[in-house]
Amino acid sequence: MSENDGRDPMLDLYILETYNLIEELEEIILESEKEKDYKNSIDTIFRIMHTIKGNSAMMFFDNISHLAHSIEDLFDYLRDNSELNVDYPAITDLILQSIDFIKNQLGKIGNNETSDGNPEELVSDIRKQLEIITVETPQESKESKNQADNEEHHYYVSSVKDCNEILEGELQNRLDIRYEVVIFFKEDCGMENIRAFTVIHRLKNLAYDIIYFPEDIVENNETEKVIRENGFRIIFSSKRDMKEIKKSFKGTAFLSKITINPVSEEESCTKIENIEEVKSSLEVVSYREPQIASKNYSSSSESQGKHNMLNVSVEKLDMLMDLMGELVISEVMVTNNPEIASLNLDSFKKSSTHLRKIIDNLQDVVMSIRMVPLAPTFKKMNRIVRDMSKKLGKEVEIVLLGEDTEVDKNIIEHIGDPLMHIIRNSLDHGIEAPEDRIAAGKNSIGKITLQAENSGGDVNIIIKDDGKGLNREKILMRAKEHGLIDKPEGELTDKEIYSFIFLPGFSTKEQVSEFSGRGVGMDVVLKGIEKVRGKVYVDSTLGKGTTITIKIPLTLAIIDGMTIRVGQSIYTIPIMSIKQSFKVNEKDVFKDIDGNEIIMVRGQCYNILRLHERYNIETEVRDIEKGILVMVENEGKSLCVFADELLGEQQVVVKPLPNYIKKVKGIGGCNLLGDGSISLILDIGGLIP
Amino acid sequence: MEDSLLNVMEEEDTQKDKFLIFSIDKEQYGIEIKYVLEIIGIQKITEVPELPNYVKGIINLRGKIIPVMDVRLRFKKNFRDYDDRTCIIVVQIKDMSIGLIIDRVIEVVDIEEEQITPPPELNKSSSNKYIKGIGKIGEEVKLLIDCDKLLSQEELEEISY
Repeated sequence: MSENDGRDPMLDLYILETYNLIEELEEIILESEKEKDYKNSIDTIFRIMHTIKGNSAMMFFDNISHLAHSIEDLFDYLRDNSELNVDYPAITDLILQSIDFIKNQLGKIGNNETSDGNPEELVSDIRKQLEIITVETPQESKESKNQADNEEHHYYVSSVKDCNEILEGELQNRLDIRYEVVIFFKEDCGMENIRAFTVIHRLKNLAYDIIYFPEDIVENNETEKVIRENGFRIIFSSKRDMKEIKKSFKGTAFLSKITINPVSEEESCTKIENIEEVKSSLEVVSYREPQIASKNYSSSSESQGKHNMLNVSVEKLDMLMDLMGELVISEVMVTNNPEIASLNLDSFKKSSTHLRKIIDNLQDVVMSIRMVPLAPTFKKMNRIVRDMSKKLGKEVEIVLLGEDTEVDKNIIEHIGDPLMHIIRNSLDHGIEAPEDRIAAGKNSIGKITLQAENSGGDVNIIIKDDGKGLNREKILMRAKEHGLIDKPEGELTDKEIYSFIFLPGFSTKEQVSEFSGRGVGMDVVLKGIEKVRGKVYVDSTLGKGTTITIKIPLTLAIIDGMTIRVGQSIYTIPIMSIKQSFKVNEKDVFKDIDGNEIIMVRGQCYNILRLHERYNIETEVRDIEKGILVMVENEGKSLCVFADELLGEQQVVVKPLPNYIKKVKGIGGCNLLGDGSISLILDIGGLIP
Repeated sequence: MEDSLLNVMEEEDTQKDKFLIFSIDKEQYGIEIKYVLEIIGIQKITEVPELPNYVKGIINLRGKIIPVMDVRLRFKKNFRDYDDRTCIIVVQIKDMSIGLIIDRVIEVVDIEEEQITPPPELNKSSSNKYIKGIGKIGEEVKLLIDCDKLLSQEELEEISY
């Protein structure tokens, strides 16, 4: 039944979760770069990389897990040495590349391809970066120097140092008890190393100075065997007493046997030496920096706030929406049933009013589920601005306003690309190079404002830059070259001229750059926005900047419509485009030379469009006095539509026409009427020539 | 996962070689049963302007809006008024549902592969291009329809541009 061809649901969950995590990471990393400090975010970054690493290892995507591990190492070091001089942009670059790598791999996994990307290059870059950082900090405490050694030697450390360090730690915390724990997992439970890792991960909340053997449980799958045979041995310190420690281990899955023993300090050292002996025989023992555990894990509490959210597939929401639409229709079918229309049913009317109320509420709730804030879409622009401004050698700051404005999920999907194109254009063509900006008396750092605001049934998204503005003359010239101008130059308003930039193949930039200039960008914008019945306006002042306003409806699914009849066919006109409707006298109507009918209303002339002629519909109402005229407006242009009669106003659930039927000009979709028949929704923009 | 795979195979097995037979005028046509979703009586069709004449419009199938095609007109036969024997066969091809208006539905039959011969080469032109084979059951002959070609939109595009 389901369409995901029997794929493991775990895999879907993994992909979704990882996507969300790296998106969060991208945001945080850009934020931290701006603040030039990882202090606030490092725990979250760490948690994200840790989860990705664990999940990927669990799903056997070793390349992703490997990469995540190396990033974890890097931040691990940064966390313990917060006072370091860090090359923030370089690290951000690395992380962003890693994010792209993971995204790429997830895409492959999602398409049922094998995730075959090799992260080695990135991993070695990250390691190099780590080395740079460690080298650049000469007089760090002895401890961290040791650790630097650790990093280089991949955690293989001599036992003497271990002992000393642990002893030092112990001296400071005499009250703590040191435990030795040996865990055996149930036979055949598989992936013992990963299970052991989760044990350690959990232990970090209550203990520190954790040493365990075998150490490289995540990277080395061979350790699986070792654990199976010899058990998983952990030595750690904790303030908790024996009981609590026992309890904390109880929850471990597939646990078969566990021994917990408190050990004295000397003993613990000898234990370590014991382990050291084992190491010499196996040569795999290593040591994990105790600092990880000693730092408190504040991140675990942070992540708890998210548990009352639910991820639901959009398909289900669409289904819910469809059902909702049908419910609205069938409610009308029941309550307005002709068979009971003549009866006088008081209590029925009462109950049906109640039903209508509930359905109305339900509809509001369903619609609100689909409403999502623009913030994630907006925040993606941070990355674009950063990448591009670096490559173009411009300094640009992006300001986001009103990003918590909510719009329908379907609409969000359609505005991401247009927004990206507009911002790219602003950066590439709008914002000047720093020298030019200073020469023009502006701040050397360019500024792009991305703002969203509600206005009635629409949402306005405003993209404003303080760059050089559009060059009216140049656009006019280009438009002429392309033969786009169909009226005298003098009659063109500034807005009309600026909107030429949205036509296909239009670019005033002589040079094609990596980002824009091919003239494909802006018409993509227009097409994308028109798909969600939105509109785009441009305004610009030469030398001051450009403002592009995108007006999109809050929701696509339900609109207020006026139903009209032409012959046997019923059409719906969106109420928002109707200006008025009226009966006419034949004497007000005259014809121009081409035979087009024109009507004069309050001194203004309007073309008359007879729907029955336009769409070749059989009707008896041909006399202009018998029918009705509906004046409609779109983008400042008006037209009078001639129909047989008005049927009434109602909310309609918009459905697209089936794909098989190619787009018919002037028809934007269809909707179901109360009696189950279909009416076609007129797209006024398509009717007006 | 294996279960669902098995189910699919089983389903395909039971649908193999089965054809839904319907008639237009005196000829009988067959359509592979795997394409058929359901058969409904004729119902109110909403006309959509600017379509080729054989696409009659759209219907509301329990909240789902699907286009309907008059196969008679598609085969360039004369229009015949719909009556109580007129049926709409709802087929699904490549995620697209479409209703086919035909004179009457007859039966479901098995036609094995050996009983199917390709249509005569000479008549490849005109309406015959919608026929992908001729099935024989005893003395009777059924024209087997190529659904993909039936729905092919080449002509549709020519008209709407």
